[in-house]
Parts: sequence; C-alpha cells; structure tokens
Amino acid sequence: MFIIFLLIGISVTVAAAFLGAFLWAVRSGQYDDDYTPAVRMLFENEVPDNKKPAAKAD
Amino acid sequence: MEAALQTDVHTCYHCGDTCNEAPIVAHDKTFCCDGCKAVYELLEENNLCTYYNLEQSPGITGKSTAGEARFAYLDDAGVEQQLINFRNESICKLTFYIPQMHCSSCIWLLENLFKLNPGISETTVNFLRKEVAITYFHQKTTLREVVQLLSRIGYEPSMTLADTDGKKKCTQSRAIIYKLGIAGFCFGNVMLLAFPDYLAVTEGLQRTFGSFFGYLSIILSIPVFLYSARGFFTSALEGIQQRMVNIDLPISTGLLALFIVSIFDIVTHRGPGYLDSFTGLVFFMLIGKYFQQRTYDTLSFDRDYTAYFPVSITVLKDGVEEAVPVRNLKVGDRIRIRNQELIPADAILLRGHAMIDYSFVSGESDPVQKVAGEVIYAGGRQVGESLELEVVKEVSQGYLTQLWNDHVFSRKEEQKLHTYSNVAGKWFIIVTLFVAAGALWYWVPRDMDMAMKAFTSVLIIACPCALSLATPFVHGHTMRVFGRNKFYLKNTSVVETLAKIDTVVFDKTGTLTEPSAAEITFTGKALNAATEQTVRSVLSHSTHPLSQRIYEVLKGDTLEVRHFNEVPGKGLVGEVNGHLVRIGSASYLGVPGDASKDTLKTNVYVAINGVLLGFYTFYNVYREGVQQVLNGLQDKKIAVLSGDNNHEEARLKELLGDEAELNFNQSPVQKLEYIQKLKEQHHQVLMVGDGLNDAGALKQSDAGIALTNSITNFSPSCDAILDASSFGRLSTFLAFSKKTMNIILATFAVSLIYNVVGLSLAVQGLFSPIVSAILMPISSLSVILFATLSVKIAAKRAGL
Repeated sequence: MFIIFLLIGISVTVAAAFLGAFLWAVRSGQYDDDYTPAVRMLFENEVPDNKKPAAKAD
Repeated sequence: MEAALQTDVHTCYHCGDTCNEAPIVAHDKTFCCDGCKAVYELLEENNLCTYYNLEQSPGITGKSTAGEARFAYLDDAGVEQQLINFRNESICKLTFYIPQMHCSSCIWLLENLFKLNPGISETTVNFLRKEVAITYFHQKTTLREVVQLLSRIGYEPSMTLADTDGKKKCTQSRAIIYKLGIAGFCFGNVMLLAFPDYLAVTEGLQRTFGSFFGYLSIILSIPVFLYSARGFFTSALEGIQQRMVNIDLPISTGLLALFIVSIFDIVTHRGPGYLDSFTGLVFFMLIGKYFQQRTYDTLSFDRDYTAYFPVSITVLKDGVEEAVPVRNLKVGDRIRIRNQELIPADAILLRGHAMIDYSFVSGESDPVQKVAGEVIYAGGRQVGESLELEVVKEVSQGYLTQLWNDHVFSRKEEQKLHTYSNVAGKWFIIVTLFVAAGALWYWVPRDMDMAMKAFTSVLIIACPCALSLATPFVHGHTMRVFGRNKFYLKNTSVVETLAKIDTVVFDKTGTLTEPSAAEITFTGKALNAATEQTVRSVLSHSTHPLSQRIYEVLKGDTLEVRHFNEVPGKGLVGEVNGHLVRIGSASYLGVPGDASKDTLKTNVYVAINGVLLGFYTFYNVYREGVQQVLNGLQDKKIAVLSGDNNHEEARLKELLGDEAELNFNQSPVQKLEYIQKLKEQHHQVLMVGDGLNDAGALKQSDAGIALTNSITNFSPSCDAILDASSFGRLSTFLAFSKKTMNIILATFAVSLIYNVVGLSLAVQGLFSPIVSAILMPISSLSVILFATLSVKIAAKRAGL
C-alpha cells in the first residue's frame, strides 16, 4: 500500500505542473484577451504571392 | 464576391452607407465617396480584398478625411517618446486605441498592415479593448507614416492629451485570476485527498494514511488561506477599523473557524477536518468576485479634460503653419483653429469671425459670437471659418482646467456601507454569535467536548458564503442585460444605487434635447417657392450655424448671388435676380423687436427689397422617447438643470408637469450645489447629463449617467454611460434595477434555508465534515443558479 505515497506524490506533482502552466499562461497575457484569438484562427492562410511578408522582429 | 450588391438601391461597397445622389462607380462596384473608393483601391492593389469577404461592407466611411498635415506633430521626438511603449535600435512598439474597430474584417485588415507598409513588422489586435499593438522598424518607417496609413484606411487612432500624459494605462489586474487558479488547484487536490473519508469502507485506509492525507491537505490549504482568501480578511479588518460590519466579517469568521478547527482536528488526530469545504468555499466566492470585477474595458468612466483635448494644434510661426503638441503651447503663441476644432487654451481672438460652441462646456445651446480682441476660453469649439488666436494662458492654467481641478468637483469615494449584503452581514454576525453562545451554554454542563464542537460548527455553518454570492451574480447579470441594451455601468454596485433613486435630475442641452437638431418655425407671411429659393441661395454663402440650419430646411436649387456680404454678428446681404435680400438679427434689419423677447429666443429676420417678410425662430428638439421616460418616472421627483436661458420654460413645463423644478442659467458649480442640496435633504439623486458642464453634478450625485451619441466618444466621468439611442428606456432600466433587488432578497431567503438546516445540525453537534462537504457546495451552486435564472426571466419579462 505504500505505493499510494508515490502515486499521490506523482499526482500532486503533475497537478502542480499544470498549475505552473496556468500561471505562466496568465502571466504571458493569454487571459487578457479572450475574444480576438478565436476570430483570428478562422482567417484563411493566403496563398503567398509576389513577396513574403516581412520577417518577425525580435 | 464580385457579384455583391447589384441591387437598385446603391450601397457603398466599402462602408455600406446608401449612396446619395450620384454614386461613384468604379471596378464594377459603387462607392459613396472618394474616400471609400480610395481605400478600396489601396486594398485591392495590395491583394487585401479578403477584407470584403469576411463581412459585408465592413469599411468605415471615408467622407470626412481631413488633411494629413495635422499629423506633423508626430514627427516631434518628444511626442513620439510619450506615445511609444518600447524602443530599441531597430524596433518600436506602441499601442493605439481605435474606436472604429467593429468587426472581424477590421481585425483581419489591422493584422495585415505589414502588407501595406513593409516598415511595420507586426500588429496584434485586442478586439474587446479596441486596441492594436504595433511593432515597426523605425529605420524603415516613422510613427507619422504608421498613423497616416491607419487614418487613410479609416482606422484613425484616437490620440488625446491623456495619452501623452505619461501615465500608462494600468493593465487589468490579473490577481483575481491567479487567486482563482490557485484556489481551484488546491480545492481539487484537497477534495481528492478527502474523498476516502466519505466512504465507510475505507476506515482501514484512514488509519494508515489519515495523518499523511491530513498534513498534505494542510500544506495545500495554506496558499489558499494566505493568498487566495486574503481579500476577505483584509476587507473585514478594514470594516472593523472603521467600526463598521460588512459582509466579509462573518465570512472571515467562518473561514477562520474552518481553517483553525481543521488544523486542530488533523494535528490531534481527531478527524479529517473541513479543509475540502474551506478551499471549496474560497474557490466559489472568488468566482463571485471575478464575476463582479468584469467591466467594460473599452469604456472609460474616469476621464478628465485631458481626454477631451487634442494632442496637437496648428501654430503659426512667421506665417508658416506648424503642428505643435498642445503641451508645448506657450503664452504668446499664435494658433490657428479651423472649423469644428477645439480651442485648447485660453486665447485672444486676433482674426476671423468666431462662433464658439460652448455647449459641451457650459450647456448653452447656441454658439456664442466673439469679436477680435475678446478672450476665448478653452473648451469651446469653433463653428465656421478658421481663426487666428494668441494664447494668453498655458493649457494647464486655463479656465476649463482650473474649473476641473476645483476641489468641489472631487467627490470622496465613501465606502458603500448600506448595501443589502452589508446590512444582512451585520444581522448574520449578531444571530450567529447568539446561537453559538446558546449552544455553548447548553452543552458546557453536559459535555465539554460536544460544547466545543457545537460552538465551532455554528461559526463554520453560519459563514454566509451563499449570501455573498447572491449580490455579485445578480448584479453581474443585470449589468450584462443593461450592456446588451447599450447602458453601460461602471461597476456592479451601481445597480443597487439605481434601485434606490428617488430623484432624477436632467440636464437640458444635449440630454433632453437633441444637440444636432433644431426645429425651425417661420412667423410672418408664408414664403413661396421662388422666395425660398432666393433666401436659400443667399444663406448658402454663409458658414454661420444658424444660416446652415435654415439652409437645410429650405428647398430649391441655389441661384447666383451678387454683392454678397456678411456682417459678423448681425446678418447677411446679397442680391439674387435683382432682389436685395437681407437676413439677420432684428437690429440689423431695423426691426423694433420686443427687446426682452429677443434676448431669449434666437430670431432670424428676412427682408427682401426692404420689405420685412417675417422671422425664423429656433426651438430645441426633444429627444425621441422623452415623454416615455417621464411617464415611467412619475413616482420620482424630477428636476431640470440647464446652462441655457429660460426661453424653453413653457415647453418644459408642459413636458414635465408642474411639479418639476426647472433651473436655468446654471453654472457647473451651481449644478453641483443643487445636487448637494438635494442630497442634504436625504434624496437619492440620479443625474443625467452629457457635457463637461455636468461633470461636477455627475460626480456629486449618487449615480451619474452620461448620455452620449457614440459610446467611444469623450464623455465626462460618471457611474454609467447611456447610448443616446437607448434614452427612451431609462425608466425601464431604473424599474429593472429595482426588480433585481427583490431577486437578491429572494436569493437571500434561499441561502437562509440552508443556513437554518445547517445551524440546527450544528447546535446538536451533528455537523460533520461530510455534512459540510455536501451542504456547502450545494448551497453555493444553487444560489448561483437561482440568481442567474431569475435575472434572465425578469429581463425577458421587462423586455430587455
């Protein structure tokens, strides 16, 4: 039955990892806007024509 | 998409407006103006026509495009510095507020800006806040070019003096989300650990692992106690310090009792404790708080005059026009003010015919005539030709600024103590202490152990968490219902204030009346069509606002006018087909008008060939729905405060009834004092206003509603913003907020039932962790459900 200690330890660790991920997500601003990303993902990718869009900075 | 809009009524392919007279046809599409066509061509050239596929006619009309020279001030390094958030050797980042943003096409186009200007590296839209974050390479493009591009495609960012103030907008507090996340995590895990206790078969398990589970639960509960629940404790403490009891006091007592008893039980091996209930309660109550905190991000309720002023102004230096940041204006600078521009600083008029519209500042409905040499105060808007002025006071020293900074305008934010939940909280703590003492008194002589158990259980069960959930949920839903109907509240507590209102004070100009419209009546011999045409032709040459209004009412094509002359402040003269037309004031035409009558009403006389035909009189047009609102407010005291003179008194009396108090020629400070007087008589005052002249009164009243034609425009600081199109529903809104208070009372009753059941178990010493684990979440959830459903049903019944 001592396996329970191990299992509980693992489950809490996994849960804590998810909590960490959640906190990181809030911190990085993902919860600041809950509308625009939902619309943005529906835009079609365009066929790249004459030139490539400017490269991303930083 | 090519076949779009092939209907008989031509609507603009770009903005969707109906095309008047002659639509511009180009590329098989119709456009209402050159501005729209230009934007379409720009987008088409850059393969950005997906814009039109996402939504039908998504554009913003390009009719009112002013010169791009006005952006010259953006080249000023100081201004740039104040606007941008981040800068390094290659890139700049900044955020613009774009009020015109309204659909998914807007998001798409704004996020594809880099295709229009290669110097822009990235744009990200936050639709709810109507903001766009732009990153650009400052070697390839400039701030001015970016703003010009945005303005050219119809998304001119709103930049006001407040943006350059350097006070960065504080980002929305994420603390509540952190707290909620941590409470949720701990609640879930503690629940998991507590679960075996609820099953009788696991007694063996409990003996082996009980203390391990217990201590683990304690560890998991500590962050909830110290971080997530901190808000309740601090609020309760603040209440005690002010010798007031608020709802958070019984909540804190309950939480504290739960936490301490649980730790005591676990450490002394008496039982598993109530930590699952503790974490669960905090979690549910934080949901309530989160709900309460959600507000309208795009609306600003606390604006001051700086949000009203433009960022730049045209300054004349040695005869050359130059755009200069308003902040850098110095005494002695010569400035140029064009039609519809705002005067940012007190200045002396040097040249031009000034017609200053002070309606927003003072509430006077008609523009004021000023002649060269007179001082014009900041805040006025020029109507008509462009002016030249010399600044006599810096922006920060101006009349308007001084007025705004006057201490009487600032209201101290007293803590709202008499809310339903705080009153209920007070009774709760009294009853709880009595019941707990009673349980103690009964059990002590019989069973000491039982006595402690009963005492602590009473404290735990009496925690009015369901009660504290009722208010935020009912108010939160009410706020959403109002928001759907274009009535935006600053926060949820405004609902309760609205419900208690017994006096409604209206501003006249711009609130009861439609600012853009005026009713015109002609007194005298009726004009025939030819005469109307003649008069109209003469009026067409004048930019005077009164001329413009009459011009719009008359019919017929304009004819050629000879010898036209305008005498500022007096009237016009012109010759049409040999007839000499004179239009203007009584004194200009030599009419011996009744002097007293003349000063109140604005009359415009018309004479042709020296024969007086009659005069035009201007009346205010009352908003649609005024009658409806007033009918709905019959149980309340009604008053009107107007900055205008009393020529409308008779009409207002007819409209409002004899009991209404009418006050004219009110200065902003008088308005404020009037509200103060009403409050001293223990009235609950609602002020409805629209301009800066009402700002003090709006702040001073219990609830201040700013009425605005466009919610993204400037409105004075207030508790709620009402879109003018919903003005007719004002009384419905007030009645509905009253109804929601009954819903709160009903919700209190529901949660009280749980408390009675719980308390009766507690005094008998039957309250156990399992009872707690069932009762607490059920009571919280049912209260949330009850509150949500009742508001929805009530809203449907009220037709909102």
